[in-house]
Amino acid sequence: MDRSERRTLSSITGKVIMALAGLFLVVFLLVHLGINLLLMADDGGRAFTGAATFMATNPVIRLFEVVLFGGFLIHMMFGVGVSIRNRRSRPVRYQHKSESETSPLSRYMLHSGIIVFIFLALHLIDFYFIKVGLVAPPAGVERHDFYHRSLVLFSDKGYSAVYLVGFLFLGFHLNHAVQAAFQTIGMNHNKYTAGIKVFSMLYAIIVAGGFMTIPLWFIFFR
Amino acid sequence: MINLNAGAPKAPLAEQWSSYKANCRLVNPNNKRKLDIIVVGTGLAGASAAATLGQLGYNVKSFCYQDTPRRAHSIAAQGGINAAKNYQNDGDNVFRLFYDTIKGGDYRARESNVYRLASISPEIIDLCVAQGVPFAREYGGLLANRSFGGTQVSRTFYARGQTGQQLLIGAYSALSRQIAAGSVKLYNRRDVLDIVIVDGKARGVIVRNLVTGEIERHSAHAVVLATGGYGNVFYLSTNAMGSNVTPAWSAYKKGALFANPCFTQIHPTCIPVHGEFQSKLTLMSESLRNDGRIWVPKAKEDVEQLRQKKITPEQIHESKRDYYLERRYPAFGNLVPRDVASRAAKERCDEGYGVGSSGRAVFLDFSDSINRLGADAISARYGNLFQMYERIVDDNPYQTPMMIYPAVHYTMGGLWVDYELMTTVPGLYSIGECNFSDHGANRLGASALMQGLADGYFVLPYTISAYLSNEIHTPPIQTTLPEFHTAVHDVNDRLSQLKGTKGKTSVDHFHKTLGKIMWEYCGMSRSESGLQKALGLIGELKADFASDVSIPGGMKEYNPELEKAWRVQDFIELGDLMVRDALERKESCGGHFREESQTPDGEALRNDEQFAHVAAWEFKGDGASPVRHREELRFDTVKPSQRSYK
Amino acid sequence: MIFTLKIWRQKNASDKGGLVTYKAEDISPDSSFFEMLDQLNQQLIAKGEDPVAFDHDCREGICGTCSLYINGRPHGPLKGTTTCQLHMRSFRNGETIYVEPWRCGAFPVIKDLIVDRSAFDKIIQAGGYVSVNSGGIPDANTIPVPKPDADAAFDAAACIGCGACVASCPNASAMLFVGAKVSHLALLPQGRVEAEHRVQKMVATMDSLGFGNCSNTYACEAECPKEIAVTNIARMNREFLAAKIFAEKEKQISFTL
Repeated sequence: MDRSERRTLSSITGKVIMALAGLFLVVFLLVHLGINLLLMADDGGRAFTGAATFMATNPVIRLFEVVLFGGFLIHMMFGVGVSIRNRRSRPVRYQHKSESETSPLSRYMLHSGIIVFIFLALHLIDFYFIKVGLVAPPAGVERHDFYHRSLVLFSDKGYSAVYLVGFLFLGFHLNHAVQAAFQTIGMNHNKYTAGIKVFSMLYAIIVAGGFMTIPLWFIFFR
Repeated sequence: MINLNAGAPKAPLAEQWSSYKANCRLVNPNNKRKLDIIVVGTGLAGASAAATLGQLGYNVKSFCYQDTPRRAHSIAAQGGINAAKNYQNDGDNVFRLFYDTIKGGDYRARESNVYRLASISPEIIDLCVAQGVPFAREYGGLLANRSFGGTQVSRTFYARGQTGQQLLIGAYSALSRQIAAGSVKLYNRRDVLDIVIVDGKARGVIVRNLVTGEIERHSAHAVVLATGGYGNVFYLSTNAMGSNVTPAWSAYKKGALFANPCFTQIHPTCIPVHGEFQSKLTLMSESLRNDGRIWVPKAKEDVEQLRQKKITPEQIHESKRDYYLERRYPAFGNLVPRDVASRAAKERCDEGYGVGSSGRAVFLDFSDSINRLGADAISARYGNLFQMYERIVDDNPYQTPMMIYPAVHYTMGGLWVDYELMTTVPGLYSIGECNFSDHGANRLGASALMQGLADGYFVLPYTISAYLSNEIHTPPIQTTLPEFHTAVHDVNDRLSQLKGTKGKTSVDHFHKTLGKIMWEYCGMSRSESGLQKALGLIGELKADFASDVSIPGGMKEYNPELEKAWRVQDFIELGDLMVRDALERKESCGGHFREESQTPDGEALRNDEQFAHVAAWEFKGDGASPVRHREELRFDTVKPSQRSYK
Repeated sequence: MIFTLKIWRQKNASDKGGLVTYKAEDISPDSSFFEMLDQLNQQLIAKGEDPVAFDHDCREGICGTCSLYINGRPHGPLKGTTTCQLHMRSFRNGETIYVEPWRCGAFPVIKDLIVDRSAFDKIIQAGGYVSVNSGGIPDANTIPVPKPDADAAFDAAACIGCGACVASCPNASAMLFVGAKVSHLALLPQGRVEAEHRVQKMVATMDSLGFGNCSNTYACEAECPKEIAVTNIARMNREFLAAKIFAEKEKQISFTL
């Protein structure tokens, strides 16, 4: 085999790496959601701040922060790489738009992925960059105080709306992504796949819905 | 008169093939590398032959008109493949398969070839399983069998209703392996238009590249034709649209004898014709007759009302239905052999009792079976067929009877070959349906796949070495030889002539007209006067074609109309030969009813005294009458008897 | 019935091509899609025009020759059906029908609606077979095969190689085609012997031919005329990963006698 065998990564390997990175992010999101839900605890932010401090100081977690950024980077690089290759594989496009039945929203993974990426950038500026000191915190909020930072942020309805839209697209992305990742790493079985698909959807609803309740809670219940 | 001698080894029937293999001359591996073989066609016979010859070390060039070898029409065979494995312990063995094939062929096949076929059959299954063909299996993991075509034993291996497809994919994968290994070179989208003969031996082919229109020359030490049957001479048949006789026909014109051209098989259970633009007929498995009852109305008024769709078939009362097969053949009823069922359907329709919009259809009714066994049981047996029928006809066979009509399905005639599968031209071989085959005047169900693979995997690789062992000193054949020049010149001439006709009528129109003539006069029932008439009509058609065909497009480009024109021109000439052959065979045998040769109660009457022979035709030039030669058939082992289904 | 047809016409591989509008009149609802095109072609021939070129052969849904991207779907609107088995009664009277060739860089257009699918042959040549010669084969019943495995192998082997999976995939990926062949042979003990080698070779060849990558839209499964399941893609991925991770490096052995 000529060129192809000298390619460092085959199509399947590339996809699998992307899927594994994605699954890693899926686990991270659950942790993140768990901590964020503490924002709604009626204790003046004690529980939340405690958890946030742990995350910010524990050395193991700090190490994982690097892994996490790596995970995002790999997931995005491979996602974009695959998409470029995929567009090239059909140089002349159809005149009539496709009417083929597809898995819901699966055609728009790059689109939802880009929106989530933009949202992520915004989110990093709002929190992470402030924490590391790249961006100055708003007046009256200490650099490490994510609790009050959140209060300030979500009291702005426009800003909350941006977050809600961001989470919505994250949900769309996850709904397809989780079950697709299982398929990509070869886990498709006539007994379990239906369950995996339900799990994928539930996961997307819980994660996106969970994150969305926080700004909504700030808007309507405080 | 050419002396047609099959040249089977002088040994008892059961030992002929082993004795042949023990004594045949082989070619040393060093010499195989220096020998080129052309194989035309990539169906079961062609792909298996090319793969095996490549595996042995010859240089093989494989040709097909399709875009890939995997599309050859063997792929459409549904039923199964016979093999004398006796896995069911029900009394099957090689002799019984041999006997059934000879008897099924109505005693018009050669004993030596048929015995060899039966004895090879078990090896085919072994090889196919090793290739990964997913045959049906029992829960214990061993292979399943079914009984097919009314035989007393279950010897048919199958892969759902797609046995031909799975076997062909097996052969295609073996071929692909050789292509990857470099021993076979594939030439797809090529039409073989002429065979080149040098010093009396087949040495090459002239082909048209269907994409570019280029005329190419290819040479070899031997040429193998595996180009399938010629059922498309009838225009409407169960063959693929591209199936054609052209390579076999050019072999005939270059000196190979064409045997029993009038032997064609008509299958009784096809979906009827719906209109003038119909291009193709679809076969439905014969197994449907196990549970369906065939009938037409007794009264012509009912027929009329049905055709105008004023009533539905269910509304016709039991007493007003004519279950004509059960009436005429009480012992076998709806399970009479293919030829008898087909002829009886035609007889009813000719008498004006046919149903459907065209009046050329009879009912196949499952209501009794559904009442007796339940719709679920019927669905388990025939679900996919019912679905296919509904998709094409838009009627639900669970509720209303199916309509069926006979259609051309297989051709038993073909190039005459000897025991070694060589035609009368040295170095030119013919295998599979392309040769006049081992099926006599009528082929048994599930035997076509068996023959194609036997020829390609197991027979030809031995017999061709006997010929090639004398060619080891022949250097590669040069395509610059004058014989190649002449052949290319002839091909170009004929192409320009076709293209230059500038007539008004499309190729399809001529093809349809030819089909109607053949079906009417040279189909399942033939008479002296009808055949004489057909001869005249075909002559006129040939002249019309030459002066009035219209072919758009250019020569040096992809031009399907030009491809078709060449093929149809050959079909018209073949039609003429078929009619001549049918005229001479003044007996009813196999699927062919000769009206002058019947018993007092209207059944087929074979004439062994005068016609227990193969008729092989020799081309004598355009315009001249071909000459009929005979190969006498000797039945030393099986004694011919008259068939009866009363 | 009457239809407006918008058909892709392209003289040859180098021509740019474009949609041309035709009227098809007096069409029987019982006509197949190809019989409708035959009828159109007869009219074009009568006018001395070049008929529309399209691939077709068996016209009974098994050879896989036919293609056609009809109104945004390979093989048209009916599920589990090839174009040759599609009848005009599946369309509305007066409907406008778009007919285009398969689109994929690895399937260049030859003329009009005909594309070159020999890339599929190359993938099979890379390993879509069991390397057995025709002699010395053990009896067919020597190795029992569990019926469910044989059935699953058949389901995968039912692929007709038409390329609808590639045509429907938003990424023009050939994963379903390759996955079906890898699965067919991997499920049978006869094919297991060289399974590791096969899957790596076939995937590498597929990659080299310029097909896209799978993004799990499952359009292929929805459009496959033989309804081959994407389970086969997962099985290929599994086989591939296992082979990449666990298979030992093959030694190149050469020796002289």
